[in-house]
Amino acid sequence: MFPTLARDLAAIVGETHLRQARAERVTYSMDGLPTHRRVPDLVVLPGSREEVIAVVRLLAALGVPFVPRGAGTGLSGGALADEGSVLLVLTRLNRILEIDKNNRRAVVEPGVVNAKLGAAAKPHGLQYAPDPSSQSACTIGGNVAENAGGPHCLKYGVTANHILALEVLLADGSLVELGSPGGEPGGGGPDLVGVFVGSEGNFGVATKITVRLTPLPRAIRTLLADFSSIRTAGEAVSAIIAAGIVPAALEMMDQSCICAVEDSVYAAGYPRDAAAVLLAEIDGQNGDAVVAETEVVTELLRKSGARSVRSAASEAERERLWQGRKKAFGAMGRLSRDLVVQDAVVPRSALPHVLDTISTIAKNYGLVVSNVFHAGDGNLHPNISFDATNPTLKHSVEVASAEIMATCIAAGGTITGEHGVGIDKLRYMPLIFDAESLGAMLAVRRVFDPDERVNPGKVVPLHACREWVSARPRAVA
Amino acid sequence: MTILDKVTALLGEGAVLEAGTDRVPRVAPGSPDAVALLLGTAHQEGWRVRIEGAGTWLQSDAPADLALTTRRLDRVPAIEPSDLTATAEAGIGLDQLRQQLADRGAWLAIDPPGLAGRTLGSVVATATAGPLRHGFGPIKDHLLGVTFVTGDGRMVQSGGRVMKNVAGYDLTRLQAGGFGAFGVIVLVHLRLRTLPRADITYVLEGAREDLTQVGEDIAAAGLTPAALELVSPALARRERWVLAVRLAGSPALVAADEAGLGAASGGGRFTPLRAEEAHAFWMRLAEGFAVRPVTFRIGGVPTASDELLDLLQHQLGDEWISASPAAGAIRWTGDASIDRLQRLRRTLAGLEVPLTLERAPWPQRGAVGHFGAYREGVGPLVAGLRRTFDPGGALVVATEGT
Repeated sequence: MFPTLARDLAAIVGETHLRQARAERVTYSMDGLPTHRRVPDLVVLPGSREEVIAVVRLLAALGVPFVPRGAGTGLSGGALADEGSVLLVLTRLNRILEIDKNNRRAVVEPGVVNAKLGAAAKPHGLQYAPDPSSQSACTIGGNVAENAGGPHCLKYGVTANHILALEVLLADGSLVELGSPGGEPGGGGPDLVGVFVGSEGNFGVATKITVRLTPLPRAIRTLLADFSSIRTAGEAVSAIIAAGIVPAALEMMDQSCICAVEDSVYAAGYPRDAAAVLLAEIDGQNGDAVVAETEVVTELLRKSGARSVRSAASEAERERLWQGRKKAFGAMGRLSRDLVVQDAVVPRSALPHVLDTISTIAKNYGLVVSNVFHAGDGNLHPNISFDATNPTLKHSVEVASAEIMATCIAAGGTITGEHGVGIDKLRYMPLIFDAESLGAMLAVRRVFDPDERVNPGKVVPLHACREWVSARPRAVA
Repeated sequence: MTILDKVTALLGEGAVLEAGTDRVPRVAPGSPDAVALLLGTAHQEGWRVRIEGAGTWLQSDAPADLALTTRRLDRVPAIEPSDLTATAEAGIGLDQLRQQLADRGAWLAIDPPGLAGRTLGSVVATATAGPLRHGFGPIKDHLLGVTFVTGDGRMVQSGGRVMKNVAGYDLTRLQAGGFGAFGVIVLVHLRLRTLPRADITYVLEGAREDLTQVGEDIAAAGLTPAALELVSPALARRERWVLAVRLAGSPALVAADEAGLGAASGGGRFTPLRAEEAHAFWMRLAEGFAVRPVTFRIGGVPTASDELLDLLQHQLGDEWISASPAAGAIRWTGDASIDRLQRLRRTLAGLEVPLTLERAPWPQRGAVGHFGAYREGVGPLVAGLRRTFDPGGALVVATEGT
């Protein structure tokens, strides 16, 4: 690392916003994934857009790699910085710059916390729909980098469906404006907003984000259905979708997860003896329509074999049911000291078979796997509870995770639906993309960042890429 | 040995079709691999290739050594009604695809402008959404993944076949609306919906400003139409502007919205169209954009819709216009000179409103470009991507114009 770098960074952000001591930097050595740890050389926390620009331009001049980071709630090791890299923490850029009620959009800085944007939109009768489970902590910038999802994405779509425009700072320190305020996808050109969202920080730093807001639903009904087998619950999901009803959310939890929640402070009243519960939410602008669709869904759940179907009688009960679901990952902390939250997607019709296979894999390796997931999307989250200090167990978790991924791929699925590739899933990328397609991704990355200095070593496994040439000529910062 | 001889030797006689009026040889590869072979050879030989679908949307007039049509890529390898996904080759006509999906109870909720046989690849490559954009979003929201062949013959997969996917960078979004500048789309993985159990269209005629207000009232009343389209008299073939409201979905939802429509109509009276009338109305609207020489779309914030309609009327005349005011999307078709189009694009750029030239004869298209007046820093990125995916410049696409 350059000897004067710390001094120069401190001159930009102030001494108090630079972390140099190892004890301080270790705080940033992990994200939400417990199996990977990297200690960055320096951690810098700029407090304004101008400071971010100055920091990135300084790093560009010196050729120093850097890793943008939001709240560090990611689950793929995507925001870890190796030695020789600077960690650029964006949580101080936390201002909501504009809420435009009439055009249903907001302009925010990248460090704005997801739930705070939702709270700010609410008085205007609007919502920011993507709602990852970490929404009380995760940032919009991180959501953009990961193309974050959440339970209500079944109806409302993922982050990519809600980003209209971006101001992006490229690795060379130049600013680009992607998209347009009205959200015409191309903004007068190809859809570079769509290409940027989900690029896991590899294409630059989003310094200003224009998001689409949607009307708050005027009527909501939340149902809890419990089942004596996971397979039956999976079939109920298919029946609802086939009926042409798109619930706002359709979430499933298995018995291991139910018990973890019920044993915790987040106890929601889920029946402990159920093999699975389904949380189905129907919402809309018209109360009569929501009531009618809820009746149809209730009937479908019963016909599909639900032991009981309960409707939340009050807003407090609805919140309790949802808290159990959203805090399920936290509740699993009771099961063991470490938790790997896996993420994969399969075709909905493959859910029963894949869940059976995951159960068999868990038994084979003697692991506790709890499933809590977005059933309506086929987006699985098999969560493996273990003790990472036990090398044998840690190895078993890695092998079991690989088998789970292979199962999902064989079922026509993919390795991640909302958590990203990061470093955790680099090894699986060649299982779903050939060398040519991986090479194309790398080539696109080099158009945005010719030196591969932003968040190096993530998303695309370099060794598996076929060679591509051509890229953007290097610009002068 | 002529180009045609070489192509025949490469792909067989069956791949060579009758040339168009400009006598450019037309080749129809029968598989994605054949597309890759053809473009790989074109790259090596230095041939200039224009991309065509069914030839019903973009004019087949770009100067080229060869026209590559996707029309023989018309298979539908998979329709999965229980998963609400399908995989289709890019050259299938939308009418055929719709029918095959409907037979399985599935629906692709897009209604792009153009004739019924317009290819899926054309719609995706140009990202031309129609009135259903109001309720179901832009074209990109209906895509799970694509396979495309680059200008130098490389086959690239992006995305997948499942509802959510963040594995790798999203190159599907680059292809949706890329106008073929970054490769030829050969295979598309689609997100479907179930066929709506109820589907009804209402129309209301009136002065444009009154109808705009009704549209706003409908949104304020919490109605959730699949389409809410403001159509100019010439395009609707009516005396006055028309506000068309399509309600599609579950019977409960449609019934509730029907009940609310009267209250939101500002004293006017919406007329329901019979099923065949509704079909004819929406088809006429779609086809209307494929018959005049020039068609473009602009996208602003919803509250600017009225101002933008005035601007178009002032600069180009009140031709054939259709607008989704709540989505901020306006489509115009008529005749317009290069100079007028360029001036309009510059004026709109000042308002942060992009103009995408969707179709025009080559002289306008080549000069004005599909894209242009980029925002800060976008030009070098687009140029870099273009070089990456078509290093030899084999694909004749009027990306930015001259």
